[in-house]
This record gives sequence, structure tokens and C-alpha cells, in this order.
Amino acid sequence: MTHATATANAMRPPFPTERGVEAYNTKLGMWVFLASEVMFFTGLIGSYIVLRFGAPGEWARPGIVLNIPVTAFNTFLLICSSVSMVKAYAAIADGNQKMLKVWFLLTILGGAMFVGVQIYEYLHLVHSGFVPSGVREGSELAERVANGTLPAATMGLYGSTFYTMTGFHGFHVTCGVVSMTYLFFRKVLPGKYTQQDYRGVEVVGLYWHFVDLVWIILFTIVYLI
Amino acid sequence: MSSLAAAPVAHAHHDERPFVRKYIFSTDHKIIGIQFLFLSLFFLFLGGILAMQIRWQQGFPGQPMPGGGILPETMAPGGLLLPEYYIQLVTMHGTFMVFFAIMPLLVGVYANFLIPLKIGAHDMAFPRVNMASFWAAFLAGLVMFASLFVPEGAARAGWTMYAPLSARPDLSGAGLGQQLWCVSIVLLGLSSILGSLNYITTVINNRAPGMTWFRLPLSVWALFVTAILGLLALPVLSGAAIMLLFDQTIGTHFFDAPAGGQVLLWQHLFWFFGHPEVYILILPAMGMVSDLIANGSRKPIFGYHSMVFAIIAIGFLSWLVWGHHMFMSGMNPTLGSLFMVTTLVIAVPSAIKTFNWLGTMWRGDLHFHVPMLNAVAFVAMFVIGGLSGVFMAATPVDMPIHDTYFIVAHIHYVLFGGSLFALFGAITFWFPKMFGRVMSERWGKIHFWPTFVFFNLVFFPMHTLGMGGHMRRIYDPTVYEFLKPYQPMNRFISLAAFALFATQFIFLANFVWSLFRGKKAEQNPWRDNGLEWSLPSPAPHGNWERVPTVYRGPYEFSHPQAVEDCLPQYVKLPGDPEPAGAKGAAG
Repeated sequence: MTHATATANAMRPPFPTERGVEAYNTKLGMWVFLASEVMFFTGLIGSYIVLRFGAPGEWARPGIVLNIPVTAFNTFLLICSSVSMVKAYAAIADGNQKMLKVWFLLTILGGAMFVGVQIYEYLHLVHSGFVPSGVREGSELAERVANGTLPAATMGLYGSTFYTMTGFHGFHVTCGVVSMTYLFFRKVLPGKYTQQDYRGVEVVGLYWHFVDLVWIILFTIVYLI
Repeated sequence: MSSLAAAPVAHAHHDERPFVRKYIFSTDHKIIGIQFLFLSLFFLFLGGILAMQIRWQQGFPGQPMPGGGILPETMAPGGLLLPEYYIQLVTMHGTFMVFFAIMPLLVGVYANFLIPLKIGAHDMAFPRVNMASFWAAFLAGLVMFASLFVPEGAARAGWTMYAPLSARPDLSGAGLGQQLWCVSIVLLGLSSILGSLNYITTVINNRAPGMTWFRLPLSVWALFVTAILGLLALPVLSGAAIMLLFDQTIGTHFFDAPAGGQVLLWQHLFWFFGHPEVYILILPAMGMVSDLIANGSRKPIFGYHSMVFAIIAIGFLSWLVWGHHMFMSGMNPTLGSLFMVTTLVIAVPSAIKTFNWLGTMWRGDLHFHVPMLNAVAFVAMFVIGGLSGVFMAATPVDMPIHDTYFIVAHIHYVLFGGSLFALFGAITFWFPKMFGRVMSERWGKIHFWPTFVFFNLVFFPMHTLGMGGHMRRIYDPTVYEFLKPYQPMNRFISLAAFALFATQFIFLANFVWSLFRGKKAEQNPWRDNGLEWSLPSPAPHGNWERVPTVYRGPYEFSHPQAVEDCLPQYVKLPGDPEPAGAKGAAG
């Protein structure tokens, strides 16, 4: 079957639906769960906006503390893993077990690399003196605060919000990678997903795209502006 | 019971799972509900003990508390309560009662127990997620309980945990206790989210054939809207508690004003969660009371559709009113007026519900069984609590009564007079379906009347105290000259509170006695219409062999075509159309 017909058929889910809405339980449950995740990140991002715009002074300009090119690459990586997730979904919708395995594995690798780059970034930042409480005494960044390149009054808030928001996002990516790895060995490799039933791929895909979307927002507001 | 002849068949086979899987790590929604029941009754009792110590200190400041000698020197040397222990008492009383008693009693117990039974499902949509929800709540309770025993004692910043007191151990004097509070709340948030997503999915997707949205019992409607509130409100609290925990441990500055943080941010986050939360604590009670009053009046509920839309309206408006907790925080008066208006508007759907309950009882065939008595008490007490809520919604009135005992009176009229009376009714009403035995009617009434009287003797005078300026959470009212005339009233409240607490042992005794020695329950002891009464008592594992078909709404009492004065939802009368999906709707 061509991909186009498979996509058209996906509009009418091949799996038996429950009474109620035209979505099976796990899919509906994931959407409901994502609604609560939206509220969680809204709490964190909303606090960041309030703190930043109510801050007692100027906010550090982008690019001084954070390494934008590295994180831009990381963002690209995460978006690519979202694309490979779509490809994995399309592959199994076409009944292609082999390509499902390839694309699903690539998605896991993309997520894992994202976490790896983020750990590298954190280590680098802590080394340069950027910690959750602000700027460490006697560090490279402390000199920059002393010579006025960085505003002293808001560095504490900068550290607090940066590590909390990106940390919780990284935690979510890690959870995604762990659960996808579990699914990979339990379901994908043994070929448990078929053209008739690939619910797990769809549900974990929903979560994965959500995590990606949150990162695009975070990258914009934390790194770029 | 001739009308029950057509009842759907229950699961007949014996449940063969081993004890641990059956009663401890169970995925059966009914067992999880019962687990929540015992957990939250324990915390209800614990919260009561803390309240008694608060009342001793308020009524008899400076006198050693009887039995206080067993408390360690750091809490009450020689039975005299220390101020730093007193503030832990008020903090933990509020925390236990709100998060670990009323909330799990209403949502944990009754959403779990009632939703699948009342909509005709075999279990929740995600039974294992449901089990995880209970064990997360259990862990949260354990952490909170443990925080009472750490060296510096439990959290000290009030149940609302206002920063900066909560954020800075050097101010509160309780490092570990404050951190455990945050950890426990994050775990509880996780539990609520897992529970809520389960309830929402189950109600949307797993209703029996014929169970349309407007045939759902109002208890299920209320629990459904409550689940939406919990799903969206708890993550905000979890986020806030995480920020607070980071402030205490890794040195972030979210709520630390000298470093640019904002203490009011905590209040906004907390009340953005907190006001939906108070409707989480009352909506399920309203829903269950609707079921009980229709049953006790033997009449269809008055204005079913308006009840549903009132529940939805309350659920929606609850997101727009959080600022009324913060009128005194220096808020822009224009914004304050806006919050005042939204808060006053929320009284409209609440009043619709109240009048509908009265309309249901009006010229009904009233049966004052124990659930009905408690449900009527709920309506009466909720009206008082609701009206005092209208007082404090108005900014000019709120200014002088803010943070006084008037607020304490209000919260107890809605949470004890409201939610807890509804719960006494609900526990009695669904006890047969949970445990297969009936609670004693006589001892239920002996418990009800003194509770009703003492409750009012305790909390009504608090309105007067509050208008006299008696601040909440103060350690010793006698040190203030202007509060000295109120001390006899304070003492009276304390004595009534001791009597109220003592009365609850009647309930406890009735509960435990009925559990083992109560009269065996028949299938439908209250002659009610819900699907759960088509099952034997107690309801078996897996509920129905084949889910029942629903032919009508849940409140068809005194129906002219019925043999008895109840006409259950699963009974097919000649001429009832067969709903879509009923044919071949195997489990």
C-alpha cells in the first residue's frame, strides 16, 4: 500500500475504538496527560516571564553565558528526532517493519544525543561558574560580572530559571528515551507492531512531539531573546 | 424485588489471585478506592488530633495540656505547647486535612469506586496507572507523616507555605521539615495527575451502551469535572513546590526578594492551584449529595441539566478567581475588582445547585436515613459557608476580616460542614457495595445529631471572633488587650471542639463494628437506580460478566410505570428503545 493511502486510512483508525470519542484509551489518556504537562511547563515558563520582566535590572544579553551555536545544533538534533519519529510512524502504517526499526532507533539516538549534549553544556557552564544560585565566586563569569559585561543584580534569577526550566525539559527527554528504549526492545524488535495495531508508536510519538515543541519554546525564550 | 429480575449478570467466578495482588498491589478500582478510604481516614483522625491541640492552646493558653507530657521537650516541655510547635500544628492540620484527608476521601475513594460502577465499566481505563496513583499518594502521606518526627519538626509556614518564610530555613527554623513538605506535595501532585487522567479517559471512553452524557449520575459529572480541575491545577502546584524546594536546597532565588525573586509569585502560583483546589474539595461532595437527596426524597433530581451546567460553570469559573485570596497583597484595585466580580459570579451556579436540592426535596417522599440526614446537613451548612464566602469576595469586607478567624469559620463550614457531612453520608450510602454489610442506622443517627450540633457550636462563634479581629494562627490570644473579652468564647469553642472530636469515635466504632459485624447487605439496600446496585454486595472483581445496558437517566424515582418507587437505569421497560452498541456489546 502506498504511503498516501496508509495516511488516509490512519484517519479512520484500524484499531477497535471504545464508545466515546474516536480515539483508543491510551491515545486519549496521553492527550489528557499532555494537558497536565502543558500546565506544568506553563507554571515554570510563566514564572520565568514574571521574574525576568520584574527583575531589578537588566537581564544578561543572549550569547554571553550560554553557548548558542552548540544548543542550536542540539535543537536541530531534537527536531530531526521528531522527524524520524514521524517516519517511524509512517513506516509501520505502511506495514514496513524494517524501516520502523531503523527510524525508531534513530529517534532514540537523537534523544539520547540531545541529553548528552545538554549534560556537556551543563558541565561546561558549571565549570565557567554558572550555577543555579547565580555566578560562583572567583570563576571566569564572576570576572565578567565584575567588569560589567554581565549584570550582577539578575544573575541569580538567570541561573535559577535556566537550570530549572532546561533541567525539567531534559528530564522529560530522558523519560522519553527510557520509555522508547523499553518499547524498542519489548515491542519494536520482536515485531509486535503491525499495520493493524501500532498504537504504542503513535502514543509515544505524541509525547515525543510534545517534548520537542516545549524545547522550541524554551530555546527561543531562554537562549535567543 | 421484582424489578431487579432483569438485572445484568455479575462476575460469578471466584477471584483466585493471591492476597497481595488482591488486596495490596491491586489494580481493581474498588480495592484501590478502599485503600484510599483507610489511608485518608487515618489522616482525618491525625488531623483531628492536631486540631485538638490547637484548640487546647487557644482555649487554655499557658496551661499544660492533659496528656501533653508524652510529647518531647522540643514540642511541649511539661505539656506546655511551644510557639514553634504550635505553628507546626496549624500547618500540618491544614496540610493533612486538605491534601491527605478530604481530597483523597472525595476523589481517591469515590472517583475510583464510583466511576466504573456507575458508568458500567469493568475497571478504569488504566488499572496499573491507577495503582501507581494510590502508591504515589501513600508515599506522599508517608513522607508528610515522617516530617513530624524530624529533629527540627514539621513545616512551619502554614498550609499555604507562603514565601519567604517557607523558602528560607534561617527564617522558619525548619530545614528538613520544609523540604519534606515539598517532596510530599510533588508526589501527591503526581498521584492526582495519574488519577485524574484515568478518571477523565474512563468517563469519556468506557461508558456502557446507552449511558449518554446526560444520563450520567451527577456524582459522576462532578467527579469528571473535578478530575479536569485536578489534572490542570496540580501540575502548577508541583512546579511551584519544586521551585520552593530548589530555593531551600540548591540556592535558587525564585522567592528570594533580595536576589530579585518575587515572594508574591508563590502566592499567585499557589492560589492559581488553590482555588480550583477548593472546588476539587466541594464538587464531588455536591455531586454525591445530589444522588443522596434524590434517593432520600424518592423524586427525580430537580433540574438535572441545570445541575450539570452549574457543575461545568463552577469548574470553569474556578480558574478566574484566585486573586481573591490576595486582596491584601498590594494588588492593583482594578484587578481586585475584577477578581471580586468573578468570585461573586461563581455564587450563581452554586445557588442554582442549592435551589435545585431544595426543589428536589420539596413535596418529596422524604426518607431521613443516615445518608439523607447528612446530605441535608450538607446543604444547610454549605449555604452558611457559601454566604460567608460572598462576604469575603467583596474587597471592602475582606480587608478587615482577612487572615482572621472569619476565614477559618468559612473554610470549616465548607470543608467540614460541606465536604465532610457529604462524606459521612457517602460512606454510609456506599458501605454496603464496598464491604457487603450495612452500617448501623441507629448509631449513624446517634453520631449525626451531636456532630451537627457541636460542629455549629465550634465554628459559628468563630465568625464573631474573626469580626472582633482575632487573627488566625496566633499562638496566644490573651496577650492582646482587645482580644481579652473574647477569651470565654475561645474557651467555649475549645470545649465544643473536644466534644465534636469525641463524637467522631461513635462513627469510628460504627464503621469498624459494621465492617465485621454489620447486617449483611442485600443487593440494593437503598432502592437506588444506579448501575452499581445491579451487582451483589460487595461488588465482585471485574464487576459485570457483561456490561449492563442503560435505558434511562439515574433519578427515575416514583416512576408511574415502575413496580416499586425506583426504576434502575438497567431495567428495560416495554417500549424502551435499545441503545446503539448494546447488541453484541461484549465486555
